[in-house]
Amino acid sequence: MQRSDFSAIVPVLIVTLSACAVMLAEAFRRKHEEMPLGWLGVIGLVGATASSILLWNSHLVGFGVVAADNFALFFNVMICAIGLLTIFLSMGTAERDQLPVGEYYTIMLFAIVGMMLMGSSKDLLVIFLALEIMSLGVYVLTGIKRTSEAGAEAAFKYFVLGAFSSAFFLYGIAFTYATTGTTKLDELGLKIASTSAEPNLLVILAMVFLLVGFAFKVAAVPFHMWTPDAYQGAPTLVTGFMSTGVKAAAFAAFVRVFLAAFEPLRMDWVPVLSAIAGLTMILGTVVGVAQTSVKRMLAYSSIAHAGYLLVGLVASNAAGKAAILFYLVSYAITNLGAFGILAALSSPDRPHDDIRDFAGLGQDRPWLAGLLTIFLLSLGGFPPTVGFVAKWYIFNAAVQEHMVALAVLGVLTSVVSVFFYLRIVVMMYMVDETAPGHRPVVPVMVFVGLLLAVAGVFYLGVLPGRLLSIAASSVASIF
Amino acid sequence: MLPDATLNQYLILSAVLFSIGTAGVFLRRNLITILLSVEVMLNAVNLTFVAVDRYLGSVEGQIIVFFVMTVAAAEAAVGLAIVIALFRHKDTLNPDAFTSLKW
Repeated sequence: MQRSDFSAIVPVLIVTLSACAVMLAEAFRRKHEEMPLGWLGVIGLVGATASSILLWNSHLVGFGVVAADNFALFFNVMICAIGLLTIFLSMGTAERDQLPVGEYYTIMLFAIVGMMLMGSSKDLLVIFLALEIMSLGVYVLTGIKRTSEAGAEAAFKYFVLGAFSSAFFLYGIAFTYATTGTTKLDELGLKIASTSAEPNLLVILAMVFLLVGFAFKVAAVPFHMWTPDAYQGAPTLVTGFMSTGVKAAAFAAFVRVFLAAFEPLRMDWVPVLSAIAGLTMILGTVVGVAQTSVKRMLAYSSIAHAGYLLVGLVASNAAGKAAILFYLVSYAITNLGAFGILAALSSPDRPHDDIRDFAGLGQDRPWLAGLLTIFLLSLGGFPPTVGFVAKWYIFNAAVQEHMVALAVLGVLTSVVSVFFYLRIVVMMYMVDETAPGHRPVVPVMVFVGLLLAVAGVFYLGVLPGRLLSIAASSVASIF
Repeated sequence: MLPDATLNQYLILSAVLFSIGTAGVFLRRNLITILLSVEVMLNAVNLTFVAVDRYLGSVEGQIIVFFVMTVAAAEAAVGLAIVIALFRHKDTLNPDAFTSLKW
């Protein structure tokens, strides 16, 4: 045990400590006593971001299993940013939604710990543990509003299918261990490479089961059934948090396992993943068109976006790998912004979720309507927003790898998806009647969070080069 | 060291257990039994780890089993808590009763 072991896990430790601090503060809080619990989380996340930046290029490995390579640090920073945005957007809205604030922030921070570990682990067992830390946190967050029947139902559906998929994932780990005698990704890669000419049945089974586990977590077809229900039933900001954070963390581990350890078996998994990517894009868009609940529509949009990310994973040349990371950042900023606005508009007596609720928002709340329009256009992939650049990089990588069919399918489904994003915009600006009921006041910190998100959307949309080169250098550190 | 056939028998047994668990998640119409089915799946995997370990003559897999048991306990705690939350709303454990979200 050396000092470098601990240096490598400093970012994770800081977030863990801040989560413990929030938990203790909540435990000693008297009833109706005001405490800046969210800010304790902000301190931890800022500390973790700073320490991740300080560790950049240090290539440390903690205890042989938790890496602090540039890839892990990139994800640390991304996930901390997701956490920070979510906390800003929750300040004011979480209280108004009558969520138990202390538990809410504590569990969210612990879930963030799991997400950070998922991007950093170099051992299948640690990936499994990180997956569970993250997932258990997110299940609880989904059902954190105990008075809501939909919330409990969504939590149970998410929990059962999630636990089911992690059992598959674990079975995959067991088969990997049976054939190679190790769970360490580095040794695993070498062992698989030496037998890749004639892989035996167990290795293929292991790969399939791990794939099922990941496909569940990123919400890829045919393992997407939980997504719309969990996203609709969860409190709005939790939906934003899990659609971005869980996806980012799952893709981090996905890339590490499939592009590094299972790379020698590429010929076996590329056809399967291509088919999954194509189906995911089609189903996410086509079913999304038919939705009237905006949260449910964004859930299907999230499925479609998982499809685009899988295209990057299948293409997986140097450009494709960097494009995945860039896309995850782009999706995180944009989607959190959109969910932030939904959360700001909803009040206990009015969920503001049906598409008709948005009628007349353009006159009623011109600022919010404008911001929501920008986020929706970015999700649909309009220039000069970040969504356009991210999609362009992904499809470009696919074309370079001669996967023209997937790229064409991606562009076509993006065009169709614009229809359901624009439907909300049309509702906000071109419908005269205003939806009945009063829209609540937007808390200050929510506005700050939304401005940060919109700044990111335009900055990365106009000047994407810097982030893309950072993404390229960080993804190169795991090969 | 055990002969190959015995390892295969263990693997087949755990595969059968895993399939029973998988079937249980989809077929049983009681929330608690569904949770139990997931536990059966996890324990089937544990059996695989231990059998493989015996065959390889190492201990790594047995250590993994302890981690898995801890995770399974945590999962059961969260799962039961969610079931209680559900039960308070509808007074039933039949999953077909919960249809406020499109399934």
